Amino acid sequence: MNTPLSWIQAYVPDLKVAEQEYTDAMTLSGTKVESYLKLDKNLEKIVVGQIEKIEKHPDADKLVICQVNIGTETIQIVTGAPNVEEGQKIPVVLDGGRVAGGHDGSSLPEDGIKIKKGKLRGVESFGMMCSIEELGSSKEMYPDAPENGIYILKEDAVVGEDAIKVLGLHDAVFEYEITSNRVDCYSVLGIAREAAATFGKKFIPPVVTSTGNREDVHDFISVEVLDKELCPRYCARMVKNIKLAPSPEWMQRRLAACGIRPINNIVDITNYVMEEYGQPMHAYDMETLEGKKIVVSRAKEGEEFQTLDGQIRKLDSSILMIRDGVKAVGIAGIMGGENSKITDEVKDMLFEAACFDGTNIRLSAKKVGLRTEASGKFEKGLDPNNAELAINRACQLIEELGAGEVVGGIIDVYYAKKEPKRILFQPDWINQLLGTCIPKQEMLSIFEKLELQYDAATEEVIIPTFRQDLECEADLAEEVARFYGYDQIPTTLPTGEATTGKLSFKLRIEEIAKNIAEYCGFSQAMSYSFESPKVYDKLLLPKDSMLRQAVTILNPLGEDFSIMRTTSLNGMLNSLATNYNRRNKAVKLYELGNIYLPKELPLTELPEERMQFTLGMYGEGDFYTMKGVVEEFLEKIGVTQKISYHPEEKKPFLHPGRQAEIFYKKIKIGYIGEVHPEVADQYEIGERVYLAVLDMPEILPIATFDRKYNGIAKYPSVTRDISMVMPKNILVGQIEEIIETKGGQYLESYALFDIYEGSQIMTGYKSVAYSITFRAGDRTLEEKDVNEAMERILKALKGIGIELRQ
Amino acid sequence: MENKLKELKEEALKQIEASEALDKLNEIRVAYLGKKGELTALLKSMKNLSNEEKPKFGQLVNDARKVIEEKLEESKNRLAAAIREEQLKTEVIDVTLPAKKNNVGHRHPNTIALEEVERIFIGMGYEVVEGPEIEYDYYNFEALNIPANHPAKDEQDTFYISDKILLRTQTSPVQVREMEKGKLPIRMIAPGRVFRSDEVDATHSPSFHQIEGLVIDKNITFADLKGTLAEFARELFGPQTKVKFRPHHFPFTEPSAEVDVTCFKCGGKGCRMCKGSGWIEILGCGMVHPHVLEMSGINPKEYTGFAFGVGLERIALLKYEIDDMRLLYENDIRFLKQF
Repeated sequence: MNTPLSWIQAYVPDLKVAEQEYTDAMTLSGTKVESYLKLDKNLEKIVVGQIEKIEKHPDADKLVICQVNIGTETIQIVTGAPNVEEGQKIPVVLDGGRVAGGHDGSSLPEDGIKIKKGKLRGVESFGMMCSIEELGSSKEMYPDAPENGIYILKEDAVVGEDAIKVLGLHDAVFEYEITSNRVDCYSVLGIAREAAATFGKKFIPPVVTSTGNREDVHDFISVEVLDKELCPRYCARMVKNIKLAPSPEWMQRRLAACGIRPINNIVDITNYVMEEYGQPMHAYDMETLEGKKIVVSRAKEGEEFQTLDGQIRKLDSSILMIRDGVKAVGIAGIMGGENSKITDEVKDMLFEAACFDGTNIRLSAKKVGLRTEASGKFEKGLDPNNAELAINRACQLIEELGAGEVVGGIIDVYYAKKEPKRILFQPDWINQLLGTCIPKQEMLSIFEKLELQYDAATEEVIIPTFRQDLECEADLAEEVARFYGYDQIPTTLPTGEATTGKLSFKLRIEEIAKNIAEYCGFSQAMSYSFESPKVYDKLLLPKDSMLRQAVTILNPLGEDFSIMRTTSLNGMLNSLATNYNRRNKAVKLYELGNIYLPKELPLTELPEERMQFTLGMYGEGDFYTMKGVVEEFLEKIGVTQKISYHPEEKKPFLHPGRQAEIFYKKIKIGYIGEVHPEVADQYEIGERVYLAVLDMPEILPIATFDRKYNGIAKYPSVTRDISMVMPKNILVGQIEEIIETKGGQYLESYALFDIYEGSQIMTGYKSVAYSITFRAGDRTLEEKDVNEAMERILKALKGIGIELRQ
Repeated sequence: MENKLKELKEEALKQIEASEALDKLNEIRVAYLGKKGELTALLKSMKNLSNEEKPKFGQLVNDARKVIEEKLEESKNRLAAAIREEQLKTEVIDVTLPAKKNNVGHRHPNTIALEEVERIFIGMGYEVVEGPEIEYDYYNFEALNIPANHPAKDEQDTFYISDKILLRTQTSPVQVREMEKGKLPIRMIAPGRVFRSDEVDATHSPSFHQIEGLVIDKNITFADLKGTLAEFARELFGPQTKVKFRPHHFPFTEPSAEVDVTCFKCGGKGCRMCKGSGWIEILGCGMVHPHVLEMSGINPKEYTGFAFGVGLERIALLKYEIDDMRLLYENDIRFLKQF
């Protein structure tokens, strides 16, 4: 909402305030000023001058030499402007003064343009006559300005006076951010009321006198509202013998300052009152209305209607229409019809000021695909009691401006008059909520400024209908707080029962995941939760893959963001691909983020959100580097039992020979592998990519922060090395499983120390060497103890075809 | 014999003084003090002395031995020190050669900012909780005093999954879920991902993060809200930070406020970052609306509370002077490495 301060001051005449002070105070009382534009910015030393004499320039055809009376003296000014004549009064910027911009109206320089005396083609010039653009304004605001040339002032301008004042440019246009609950503040009067309360000045709204001739509008037309829900009130008045003309300058200027283009007196008055009262109005050409009546009813399903912008609109039965006795003439609250619009030939018109259901207008505007200035106001839910005031104000202006003859009487269809609400006033409760000790009397005086009356008998505050936002005591508390001053409310800290600040167990585990990943060189990535269904093909998932069962967004930002991810892989691969594409070498990333697994589709309940700890890297390290990170993490969160890796189940996006499911006991907690080269190609990553994905919901139950000290071994250990030859397809994991299960109570640890395939080993075989350590906690082990264990191990190894190397 | 002893001692001391290597010292020790050494021999020849002279001479020999031993020790230390000195000289390294680093990874700036916020509130007794990212319309809107067809639903550009299920547009539904648990008092913050259908550009993202805060207890006041957030702002942006509370409107709080902090770049004088105003808007807050308390089963006559919501990206972008929000989701390692 843009409004010149002068318009606010018209209703708060005592408000004399600098722009910044106004901005700060209004913002602190709840009417946030986004910005303001000073209309006299960079305008210095500009006075009213009168051209006394014009002579030709001796050396330039396009320049003339003017003698200009500026009150105290007559100065010489050389100009190239085509429209100057002797006797004209014009704005003159004197030597050392400043103007806002150039005459071409291009964007204004921050500090304006300094004007100094000088010579033009050898002739001295002591100032400059100004165009409206040089004064930082436009033809929109000053419609009488010439297309190209000096702005000519009215004859009654007094020579030597401040020309900026004469032009009414000592003003500033304020832009407000009005919150959606303050429907009343989408109007000049609403803001003026707030300004008056903020600065403790008197608010004087326009006085609407009775208008109209002796005729009665009821004799010309009747109104029937068939849908009272959607149209709580419909006011109509009639204007005869319309004389279309430009509206007066003051009105044009105010509209232009609000960003509304002046058109003619009738349109301008409609717009003016819409700004002033926040009530949109519509005008119909009486001649086009048939059957002497207006009917407000819903559209028929599939009905078509041509709005006054010439477009054909398709309607449905939820949309409210304005009809005459025969046909539709407008979509209620959104736009009138081509068939009844005001043209230059208009003689009589019907003025409509109605109140429509805000939600319906909002939804209808969406359906019709037409959001207008009017629908934007209606959809906020207007006060029906404002409609009558506004239409009478418009008629008053029509009479004042001589734009037509207002017919007496008003048609007012208003079934259920909206009455003021009442809210119980409990000053103690308000003070308790705010943490203040504001006296009751001070609260009441705040209410009074806001036109909220107090009924001492019932201890209730009476809420005028324009304040639809006030519904309960907490709302009253806000009114008190706003005008007492948020900045005056003390600052304290909550007292009461002490609470323990903490992270949940899940978040603590995630914190460890972050720490370990980072110690291992991985940096944290974040990717989107939604992606394209095409990623399933990129990941080579079969058509029947469960991962393709994704939650779909009904209204996505395009297909690329249309499904909720069921795997974190695509996000990771995309991030790695971005890095690879930008020639970043050796990149390691991790992400902690949810995947979304529907229990059934379409969703009837919320999907399962599973936190995934995803690691990805290229350029440095291999499968076993990745495996190391996984195990470091699991160890750190107290998973001390052996993790096993199962290569059997093949994931299509991973290298068939370099992947494994990660198990803790029988629980699958994640997977690890090298990305399938075809998938890497899809993502255009030209290096081997390694991934690990840990499914956190499976890991949380096995994680623990409990630790027990086991003592430091006092007795010596015994270590045996074994060297084995075995077929290549036997996994060392199988050997380790045997060592673990057969090693017995004294087995302390084991470690692979050599693995070899090559010249001394038969083709298809490999040599593997382990060192196995035994120890007893309470004594020195005897040879016998170790031998027994070793025999069990060797026997079991033999059972799966492993021979000791000779 | 006494003269002989004296000579021997002098000679030994002279030799010790002159020796420049540890093995030479050892030779001297053997030659004089060893089993077959000269001093030992002298001691053996004592049998020729009278009984009166024996103890006296023995004493002299022992004294001489002690002097020689001390001298030997002293020289040994001197030589050892010299050798250590020499060794250290040869071991000088170029300390400006590159470090051998572990190449530790880097945390995402969002997370760093979040952890700072969490640290502050945990210190004030707040529990960090989470809620679902795909949420029921009820929790995201209705229970927060935003009924069906409320214009705020449009303002927030919601992604819908069905007419009842959506991608949460705010972390505020976690408030409701916590209140419904019925465990009072509540002091919680709920960080998390939220979604709004904004096209990606330098200042918008369809997916971003908020941190919700909620305190419900008896006698919680607006003054408490002010005090808490002022404390938070000072902790996060520095002790000089001032806060400004401006009235605002949110459907689920009343009274409501937006909070500005003094620009931490210019300290409030006005700069490009704060667009010359000296203030930066960082969060929205207010006293929990009595309807919201009621809907969650809390008696607003007995309990009051405040809530606030902070945009995490906003904090991260401001704090780390990141000029384009897209950087946060590209995961370019050259970006991440700067945090």
